[in-house]
Amino acid sequence: MTRGESESRTALAWRWLREHGVNIVAGLVVVYMLIPIAVIFVFSFNDPAGRYNFTWVGFTLSHWGNAFGIPELTSALVTSLKLALLATLISTAIGTLMALALVRHQFLGRRAANILIVIPMATPEVVMGSALLSFFLILNAPPLGFQTLLIAHVMFCISFVVVVVRSRLIGFDRNLEEAARDLGATPLQTFRLVTLPLIMPGILGAAMLAFALSIDDFVISNFNSGTTVTFPLYIFGAAQRGIPVEVNVIAMILFGATVAAMGFVTWQQQRAEKMTKARPEQEQAPIPAPGVAAAQ
Amino acid sequence: MRLGRRTVPYALLAPGAVWLVLFFVIPLYYMGKLSLESGTIGALEFSWQWSNYGDALSLYDTQFVRSFVYAGLATLFALLLAYPLAYAIAFKAGRWRNLLLFAVVAPFFTTYLIRTLAWETILSDQSPVVSVLDFLGLAPGGHVLATGGAVIAGLTYNFLPFMVLPIYASLERIDERLIEAAKDLYASSRQAFWRVTLPLSAPGVVAGTLLTFIPASGDYVNAQFLGSAGNQMIGNVVQSLFLKQSNYPSAAALSFVLMAVILIVVLVYIRFAGSEALMGEEAAR
Repeated sequence: MTRGESESRTALAWRWLREHGVNIVAGLVVVYMLIPIAVIFVFSFNDPAGRYNFTWVGFTLSHWGNAFGIPELTSALVTSLKLALLATLISTAIGTLMALALVRHQFLGRRAANILIVIPMATPEVVMGSALLSFFLILNAPPLGFQTLLIAHVMFCISFVVVVVRSRLIGFDRNLEEAARDLGATPLQTFRLVTLPLIMPGILGAAMLAFALSIDDFVISNFNSGTTVTFPLYIFGAAQRGIPVEVNVIAMILFGATVAAMGFVTWQQQRAEKMTKARPEQEQAPIPAPGVAAAQ
Repeated sequence: MRLGRRTVPYALLAPGAVWLVLFFVIPLYYMGKLSLESGTIGALEFSWQWSNYGDALSLYDTQFVRSFVYAGLATLFALLLAYPLAYAIAFKAGRWRNLLLFAVVAPFFTTYLIRTLAWETILSDQSPVVSVLDFLGLAPGGHVLATGGAVIAGLTYNFLPFMVLPIYASLERIDERLIEAAKDLYASSRQAFWRVTLPLSAPGVVAGTLLTFIPASGDYVNAQFLGSAGNQMIGNVVQSLFLKQSNYPSAAALSFVLMAVILIVVLVYIRFAGSEALMGEEAAR
């Protein structure tokens, strides 16, 4: 092999690495992000010897068969689902109204309203949780429990709802509304028949995000739950004495359900995009996800 | 009743604004008040007890510093991991783009606590991952769990999507013709990246670092599950003072300081980096 040949080979290798290096790093990062999910999945089939589900012992389907067989776990899950559903409904409704006000209207105090919405997102959960607990302690009411959890969950969901719906409203072509008005629609009809269907994907995305935030919340709930136990609080309590494998099973069921819901929202989004195809220059809202939402 | 044109925005805004004022702003005020109270539990009195702050800070200064060091390192690692991934998704992924975006948000679909507990399995002494790290000399003594490294790894992992998504969003918005123009003007790929792509993605980097740093510095789940008693963060202290020791004034004082420090960090950061990131499109429009 001559010197020139080997040099060109190294050069080629370098060029290949320069071109694909980013992809290799990206691939590794994706693996890093997915490893824990794989571990949760695999360990949902584990047959642990003791109470701790940390080492692989053997394969069994019994925990999948017994997914809802632990009463405390099931009731915690039901509490979480109820809480998330209510928190989602309330926060999505009032958050959407706020987004409409902020995008559609110029008014005194708009900046203050924006700050009021941004600050909670920039506050650590531990601060929000302890502030609310101070509030409830000093007022001595309402008693800590489902009500206080609902208050807290709606509070931290609102900002995210506003940000997601607002990003959808900003890309909104108002000519479509004017056209409806020209064709004789009343303002309410215009809203119901034109505005709402077009911003629906944004609202659905916001609702999904609110639901995910609520069902996953541990820190704020831990401060304000009293004796009420949600799914994350159950896990935290169980962590000391060993988490039953059924928790992994339920986590995977929730994972599957979320993926399905996400698929549905994406499908809705594509449908709405088709509705506005007449104006291809319009910017579309990306898939709603916490980070993207807050970045916009 | 017909609403006048001017009252419409206020009517739309009212329910949410009232909720946020009542259950976010006013509680902060109450916590401030609580932090200045003195006396024993059950008989607390407001007395401008500023010494609560000094006492709490001098008692827990190590945890405070540790929180910001851990959060800062986790933010740095997350940035180093997230940028190449976001770049690949934005410019190189092609038809894999949606699948990769899905992989980025997938961790959100499993409960935070379970994800963190999964790391307890992954980093336990018998795990193959730890053997590999040990072989590479990265896990002295074959232990990772119950060390600062494990806590930082957990924080990095848990908040990584918050870094990837904003960076991706800003990279995706870049007009690729700008990069082509730079190359037409004889910039090398590297120069084009450093002088065009990176500056244009700065808002995403700013948003991502804030969205990672803020929750990471207040976190206590990772320290609880992946660390030892020597890796406690300020969140653990606040949590324990509030919920276990019922030392409300000290807990409130610490919580307030944490919020103040983070607000200062955010404001300074925004001053240097522009406000688009936090205020969203409001400022950009």
